[in-house]
Order: sequence, then C-alpha cells, then structure tokens
Amino acid sequence: MLAVQVLVNALVLGCLYACIAIGFSLVWGVLNVINLIHGSFIVLGAYLAWGAYQWLGISPWYALVIAAPLFFAFGYLLQRLLLNRVISAPVLVTLTLTFGLDLILNNAMIYYFKADYRKLTLSPPTGSISLFDVVVPVDRLIATASALALTGLLYLLLRRSKVGRAIVAVRLDRDAAVLMGVDVKSIYAIAFGLGAALAGCAGVLMALIFPISTLTSSAYLGKAFVVCVLGGLGSVSGALAGGLLLALVEGIGSTLIGPAHATTLSFVLLIIFLVVRPQGLLGRKGFE
Amino acid sequence: MTRVNLALLILIACVASLPLFGGAYALRVGTIACMYAVFALSWNIVGGFAGYPSFATAAFFGFGAYATGILLNKGVPLSVAVIGSLVMCFLLAAALGTVLLRLRGHYFAIASLSLVEVFREMVNNATDLTGGGMGLNIPLASGSGILADATFFFYAMWALLLIAAVVVMIVSASKLGFGLNCIRQNETASNMVGLNSTLYKSVAFGLSACFVGAAGGIYAAWVHYIDPSDVFDILHSVKPIVMALMGGLGSPLGVVCGAFVYLGLEEVVWRNYIQIHSGVLGLLIIMLLLFLPHGLISLRSGMFWRKAKHV
Amino acid sequence: MSEILHLSNISRHFSGLQALRDVTISLNKGEVLGLIGPNGAGKTTLVNTICGVTPASSGVVTFDGKDITRVKTYQAARLGLSRTFQIVQPFAEYTALDNVAAAALFSQPGESLKSAREEARAHLAFVGLDAQANQFAATLTLAMRKRLELAKALAMKPKLLFLDEVNAGLNSAEVERATKLIHQLAAGGITIVMIEHLMKVVLNVCTRIAVLHNGQLIADGQPRDVIKNPAVVDAYLGQQYAQRNAARG
Repeated sequence: MLAVQVLVNALVLGCLYACIAIGFSLVWGVLNVINLIHGSFIVLGAYLAWGAYQWLGISPWYALVIAAPLFFAFGYLLQRLLLNRVISAPVLVTLTLTFGLDLILNNAMIYYFKADYRKLTLSPPTGSISLFDVVVPVDRLIATASALALTGLLYLLLRRSKVGRAIVAVRLDRDAAVLMGVDVKSIYAIAFGLGAALAGCAGVLMALIFPISTLTSSAYLGKAFVVCVLGGLGSVSGALAGGLLLALVEGIGSTLIGPAHATTLSFVLLIIFLVVRPQGLLGRKGFE
Repeated sequence: MTRVNLALLILIACVASLPLFGGAYALRVGTIACMYAVFALSWNIVGGFAGYPSFATAAFFGFGAYATGILLNKGVPLSVAVIGSLVMCFLLAAALGTVLLRLRGHYFAIASLSLVEVFREMVNNATDLTGGGMGLNIPLASGSGILADATFFFYAMWALLLIAAVVVMIVSASKLGFGLNCIRQNETASNMVGLNSTLYKSVAFGLSACFVGAAGGIYAAWVHYIDPSDVFDILHSVKPIVMALMGGLGSPLGVVCGAFVYLGLEEVVWRNYIQIHSGVLGLLIIMLLLFLPHGLISLRSGMFWRKAKHV
Repeated sequence: MSEILHLSNISRHFSGLQALRDVTISLNKGEVLGLIGPNGAGKTTLVNTICGVTPASSGVVTFDGKDITRVKTYQAARLGLSRTFQIVQPFAEYTALDNVAAAALFSQPGESLKSAREEARAHLAFVGLDAQANQFAATLTLAMRKRLELAKALAMKPKLLFLDEVNAGLNSAEVERATKLIHQLAAGGITIVMIEHLMKVVLNVCTRIAVLHNGQLIADGQPRDVIKNPAVVDAYLGQQYAQRNAARG
C-alpha cells in the first residue's frame, strides 16, 4: 500500500512540478535565456493569492484569472524594456541580468512581506479523499488538476494559435522564422510574458499547498532546473515527463533514504542527466 | 614581465600597506577585498580564459571553509589545514571538471550552479561531521588580541591573493593559458590542432577552485563560525562574475580592479541601504550590464589596458 | 610503395541515418586522392571518422601501422593527421601568426611558444600570408582564411593531410593559387586526401579518385578510368559531363 501512496503522491506532485517548470522551459527554449527570476515570480504569485484571499476575500481560483494577465504584462514589459537589450549577448550576461532582476524582486518582497512563512488556509477546509488507504488532500488534488489544465492550455496555445505556431517556429529555427516574416522581438516578449504568467499561476497554486516565503524562491527555481533538464527543453510533454520523474525519484528517495536527502538526490540526478543525456527524456538531440 | 602584470603587482603591494592607515574596520574591508580579488582572479581562469560560465565559486568556497573548519577542530594547525583544503579543492574540481566541462553554455552554467546546491545539501545532511544547519564553530586561532588577529588574517588573505595573482600571471603567459584562450575561441579547432582540451579545462577548473577553497579556509578561521547558507551562498558565485564583467573579462588586472570597485560599491550600499541592499545590488548589476557591457575598461580604451573580451 | 592509411569496412550511422556503409579503402604514401561525390554522400563524415571527431560505428582505421579507430581527435592530430575545414575554423581573436603557432605548439611535443611562433612564420610565408601575420584572423578575407587553415594544417607536420573543399567560395584566380600550393605540397611528399567539387582541380592534382555515393564507395582508381565509370557518371558527374569529356577524347 505504501508503494501506491508513494506513486499517487508522486503523480500529484509531479504535475505541480511540471507547472513550476513549464514557463522556465518555455523561456529557455525560445529566448535561450536562463531566467533566474522565475522562482521569485512563483513566490510573488503565491503572495498575490494570499493577499487576495486574506485582504479581499477572493478565492484562489479567481486569483488565477487575475494573476495570469498581470504577470503576462509584467513579463512582457520586462522583456521589451530590459532583456531585449542584451538578448544576443553571451550566456553570462543574460544570466547575470536575470540574477540582478531576481535580487531586486526578492528584496522588494522581503521588504514588504518580511521573510517569515505565511500560510493560506482556506475556510472551511477542503478535507481529503481516501480510497483504499491512499489519502490525498482535496486542495492538493484541485491544485494538481489546475496545474494540468494550465499545462494543457499552453499546449493548445502552442499547437493551435497563430502566436503559438510563431513561438514554436522561433524556438526551432530563429533565422528561418525571421525569413518567414515572424517579428522575433515581439515573439520573445510574448514568450517571456507567457513564462511569467505561468510562473504566477503556478505560485497561486503553490499557495494552496505550501507555506509562502521568499526563502522558497530558490527551491522553486532549483525544481525548474531539474525538471527541464530531466524532461528535455522547451516542450510541454517534456516538462510533464520531467516533473513526474522528479517527483517519483524524490518520493522513492525520501521513503528509502529519508526526506533530508531528496534534494541532494534530485540535483545529483540533474548532473547525471546533463552529462549522460543532455537532451532529456523527450528532447531531441542537437537542440540547444 | 609585461606592464599590465607589473601594474597588478604594484596594486597588490599597495593593498599590503593598508594596516598602516586604519584600525579594525580597514583590516576587515582589506581582508574581504583580498578575498574578492582571489574570487575574481580564480573565476577568470575558467570564465575569462577558457570561456566557460562557471557558477561553482560558492561550491568550492564552502568546501574549503568546511574542510579547514573540520581539520582545525581536529587539532590540525591552520597552515596545514588551509594548504590541505587547497589541494583537496584542486583535485576535486579537476576530477569534476573532466565530467562537467563536457557541457557547454547554459548546460554548464546550470550544472555548476547545481554543484553549489549538491555541496550545500551534503554538508547540511552530514550532521556528525559538519554540524548540519546548526553551523560549525571553529576554535580561535591565536587569541593574542583582536587587532593582532585581524592583522594576521588580513596578511594571510593578502598572501593568498599574491600567490593567486602570480600563478595567474604564469598561467596566462604559458602554454596552458595560450591553450585555454584557444578553447574559448574555438574548441573544435583546438582539438583538431592536437590540444587535449579535456585536460586543459580540468586543470583550469582545478586552478579556479583551489585558491577559492583556500580563501574559504582562511575565512572560516577568521570568522570562527560558518554555516551552510553562509558559505554556500549563491551570491559568492555571482559576485566574481559581476567583478569580472566590471573590470573586463580576461584581464587579471581588470578583474582585480573590478573586485575592489565592487567591494567599494557594496560597502556604500550596505552602510546606506541596509534594508534594501540586495535590491540596490541587483540594480547596480543591471545598470552595469546595460550601460557598460565591456566593463569599466570601456570607459577609457587606453594603451595599457588589454581589450575586453567576450565569453 | 608503403601503405599509410587503411580503412576496412567502416560504417557510421547517426540514429537511423546510415552515413557510411562498409567503406574499405587503402592509401599509399605520396598519393593524392580525390574524394568526390554528390552533397551528402558522406565525404566529410569519412574524414571526421578518420580524424576521431565522429568515431566509426563499426570497422577499423589503421594509420601508419597503428589502429586509430578509437583515438581522440587531439591524439589523431599528434600522430600526424591534419585537416582543413570546409567551413574555416580560425581562432578569431588571435593573429594569423598565433593561429599557426597554436597548431605547431599543441601538435608537436617539446615545442615552446617562442619556437612555435618562429616556425609559424615560415608556414605563413609558404601560403603567402606573411604580410598578414599580425592581423587578427577575424579580419582576413575568406581566401586568406582558407590559406590560413592550410598553414595551420602544415604547421602540424602532417603525414596525411585532408583538404576539405579548400576551393569552395574562391574565385578562379584564387583557385589557381590554391591549386599551385597543393601541387607544391604533393611534390614535397605529403600524402593528401582532398574533397573537391571542381573536377578541373581534381583531374589536375589527384593521382587517384575515389567516389562516394549514399555512404558507399562506388568507384576507386585512376582518374581517367573513374570519370568514365558509368556508375560515377550516373551518380555524380552527369551525362553531359561524360559526353563533353568523351568528345574531348
């Protein structure tokens, strides 16, 4: 039974991990930028959900609808005004720039919210479902379903819409996309905006489950790294696969050798994957 | 001896006279200045010469700090402990380098960042040896008075800086430095002319880790107490990059100047904006990248500064 | 004549794509082999396989009596295999002199930076780049960079030299100049394998021609015989060329 519980937990957590990573993966894949501000975006989204619920009484489900456009606009502007200026610079420059942005956002959040942990507690509590000894809290289940829905939404957007096709085209071959008449700069901004919106929404969902603190931003960022590398870059299905694999490894690892080692295990896995299979589980070789 | 190297040595010699001018505060700032300069010089070997964007500085700083701390607690003399940390860091980094430096660009950056996480988590979990998240207390080295101690650690860090600078000068004028520059410019072509790039990169990674590890050791003995979130702080990885970008990548004199300027800014920010110091730091980083992408050197492209290089 | 290079049953595939199929070929010292074939036939892959860039999936490469199937690129370079690239690969921030010096420095044991630079001057002079010695490689014209590639390859004191489309993108005067250089090298006794699309150059320089098509060796022999081979005409040269050639006698 324990095995089934571990498996169910991994499934639930894996979808959340995928949701954390997917915006990061999109930005990395399309803009070729490692977006270090991603973790702080997630925390900001969590604070947004917390604030909306605590101060305005808006339920987190509606907070999703508010967060998405706000974060999209924030990301869009950030890319247009700042990142665009160095987008063709070497890795080091773009990476350091997003680090600087992260410092600012993180510091601003500490300034306003302090570093202590907050918890969004829904009242009345949603309880949990148990089926043959396997227990899953309902809020967690709803968050997972929402994460899956968000992931599906992004998939449809990339597949079906004109903008989505343009984003994919830029990712596959920037120069060819330019020749086809795609405005790469605006696609970059849209992709970064989407990445931010996804991070914000993921943050809202995280607020339902985990304590909220600026200290958690690097942990979210770390998860995003690992999921991207495990699953392969820039594809929705890759992020899902990576998220599930990470959750599974962490779940099995914590059960067998204790929860303290779960993070170490995930990063060791990351380094092994980078070296042995840098294209990830579902990635195609040769893409960078 | 080229003029740039001479200028660097003169600069370092000037730093040595710091105790003549100030008390405990000057010594503290001076010690950190030397430490930052060691960071920047070390990072420059792998990031500036070989062109690999390493974020592993914090990993080896923390490793060196803990290695020295543990050895000191076991009664090993300070000098032996620091040299031991230096050697261990070199070997560890060189071994890791043969694997990690097969990755390029973003993938290497992520792997080196992850190295910091792995080391921190390992130290966190090895409670018996390291004290885990509670931190590690380190016995006082001499106990011959606060000012004497401060002076001692200042000169220890300064000596390390001098050694690191001399090694970097030797490397940059040697076959190794020439080869690392080749690797940065075109790794495929480097292999094709018979350069064993794996070996060169590993040695470079080892060199870039060993002085940082020794600095970590001196730091640990100096502050008497270390904990994982302090010594494995990712900022230790990012600062040297900012310094190098400030001073101009590739030039040892440039990165040392960058380190000193950075420390100056950091001190000003710390004193005036304690609540928002990291935000101001972030702002500085962004301004630097947007407006001075080639470092302070681009303000005046003179005859004796080497031209800034891209990674 | 003694054998310098022997490939037996070399195959190479890239996840599904069979780039080379059972290539067996032998090369004697002093030969100048023209490796021709349509685009995508596997010519560059074959060179990469020999030089250790993309090791063979199966088969054995013997060079100078040693099995080099699995050696790394830099080891192959030190053994005396050198090459120029179809797409030139200079060290862009180095001067022409340092580019060539790097080749001498890392391929020859016991070379110092100083002696390597001295040697480099001679090689630059040989390819006619002595005037550009202190110019950054990035600022050279394409024709000059191609000659720089050649100087780098020569600085490695090769026993076997691969020339991968040294004439692509050059105008006819530059081609003539390059051809002259290759003649000089061949006269100096270096064994050469050249990948080349200009048949005029191939017929002018090569003592032997091998033809690759879809990863397979379809012909190998004297230039006169190979260009009349019906399989080669079909796969690469085309009917027109054959007729023109036949008419000329």
